[in-house]
Amino acid sequence: MKIKALTAVTLLLAAPMAMAGGADDDTLVINEELEMVTKTAAPAHMENVDEIMSGWHFRSDETQALQMDDFDNPGMIFVDQGMDVWNTAEGSEGKACADCHGDPADSMAGVAATYPKWNDASEEVRTLQMQINGCRTERMGAEAYKYDAGTAINVEAMITSHSRGMPVNVAIDGPAEAMWEEGKELYYTRTGQLELSCANCHEDNYGNYIRADHLSQGQINGFPTYRLKNAKLNGVHSRFKGCVRDTRAETYSPGSAEFVALELYVKSRANGLSVEGPSVRN
Amino acid sequence: MRLTAITMAATLIAGTAFADGVAPGEVQYGEYGEVAASLSGAPGDAANGRKVFTTKSMGNCVSCHAVSSLDDVPFHGEVGPALDGVGEYRNAEELRGIVANAKMTFEGTVMPAFYKTSGFIRPGDGYTGKAPKGDLAPILSAQDIEDLVAFLLTLKES
Ligand code: HEC
Ligand code: HEC
Repeated sequence: MKIKALTAVTLLLAAPMAMAGGADDDTLVINEELEMVTKTAAPAHMENVDEIMSGWHFRSDETQALQMDDFDNPGMIFVDQGMDVWNTAEGSEGKACADCHGDPADSMAGVAATYPKWNDASEEVRTLQMQINGCRTERMGAEAYKYDAGTAINVEAMITSHSRGMPVNVAIDGPAEAMWEEGKELYYTRTGQLELSCANCHEDNYGNYIRADHLSQGQINGFPTYRLKNAKLNGVHSRFKGCVRDTRAETYSPGSAEFVALELYVKSRANGLSVEGPSVRN
Repeated sequence: MRLTAITMAATLIAGTAFADGVAPGEVQYGEYGEVAASLSGAPGDAANGRKVFTTKSMGNCVSCHAVSSLDDVPFHGEVGPALDGVGEYRNAEELRGIVANAKMTFEGTVMPAFYKTSGFIRPGDGYTGKAPKGDLAPILSAQDIEDLVAFLLTLKES
């Protein structure tokens, strides 16, 4: 469109607040040794995007730097807290996670990369938090954690940290397929009085600014995410809830079947990107 | 004007607000999405339109559209086209239609409809994330939209 091109030029010349969009070309290496895949070819099941990119590329240099060293990454404090929980016996069986799973650096390596995934025994798709709660209620005789609340997120972050650098690889076929389809449907549904879908912001407009926010692809390979905005670790479902709320919609709840389906679908859009959790975002 | 149940309810809620104007469900869109008559029945005020355009709790248009004359306002978005000169290549009828319900002009556009109260999937109570308490109000009032049209008409290229 001619007019748009013209006005864009005028704007760049006239308005100092005009911002350059797009993803940057920086490289993410953690602790100077762990190289992350932050851009790669989109998996075959993604129809409208050729290249998938970590949300890390859309953040400022200062925010990016915080994720490059575990001593600077505030999310690692919560990983330590998750480790304390791992070793603490709870519930009627008097068992800790460690009693069954030993050292998470061995037993949990690669686990987070494959969640959400189908669980045969319970015949449902489980998120990592649902699996943690499954162990607590079924094996430890302990109470389920509240979904996306502090302790659940800390343990999730600790487990996830043992997959950092491994490619996200969730299965979308077999018994998980029906739920994946539901999640896809939700991803493209335009909700709320603003009638916006996830795709409207994170597929049609990634790289563009919406006011002061630099839109990413809305990937979840970096979750749980430490956000500077609220100075804590944030779960996937809480982020979904915030985004749905921002369409002036009635949201779903963390832990709901809808958000489990959406998590499976959105995670499958990251197949091939490195697991980054706990990442740092603004 | 044919009074449907919806407009009756809206009239009851809004009192005399639509007395000289058009309720959201009654807006007549032309073939290209244009709207001929003033929604409020009153002329627009460009100064208030500027405020609606730039205020987050009102139109928040600047979150998607850049306008170089608004250089006192930080962070102009890039989701929609820059609107410099839009007052030259669009007339009042077109602008009114685009702001009231841009989907009538641009099929499937991401631009929200600011004067529409039905046909949504899971609408909420503003930005609370909760279910709406009663009937939905349009995001902007008829007069806000007339004020926006007046403001947009001031955006000339030179
Ligand atoms: C009105 C625009 C909008 C819509 C609609 C929207 N989001 Fe977002 N989303 C944002 C913004 C702004 C951010 C913060 C910047 C960024 O990371 O993109 C964000 C961030 C995210 C993040 C964090 C990414 C990271 O790297 O940490 C995820 C995940 C996400 N969105 C998923 C979704 C999903 C799933 C939906 C649909 C249910 C959705 N979003 C709908 C605007 C939106
Ligand atoms: C979520 C993003 C978004 C918001 C918010 C938004 N717009 Fe738009 N707007 C767009 C897009 C995208 C287009 C281009 C139409 C298309 O092809 O989809 C557009 C087009 C327009 C046009 C037509 C421009 C032309 O070249 O003909 C006008 C005028 C306009 N918008 C005014 C407004 C006003 C006034 C508001 C606030 C009351 C607003 N917009 C809010 C995204 C937005």
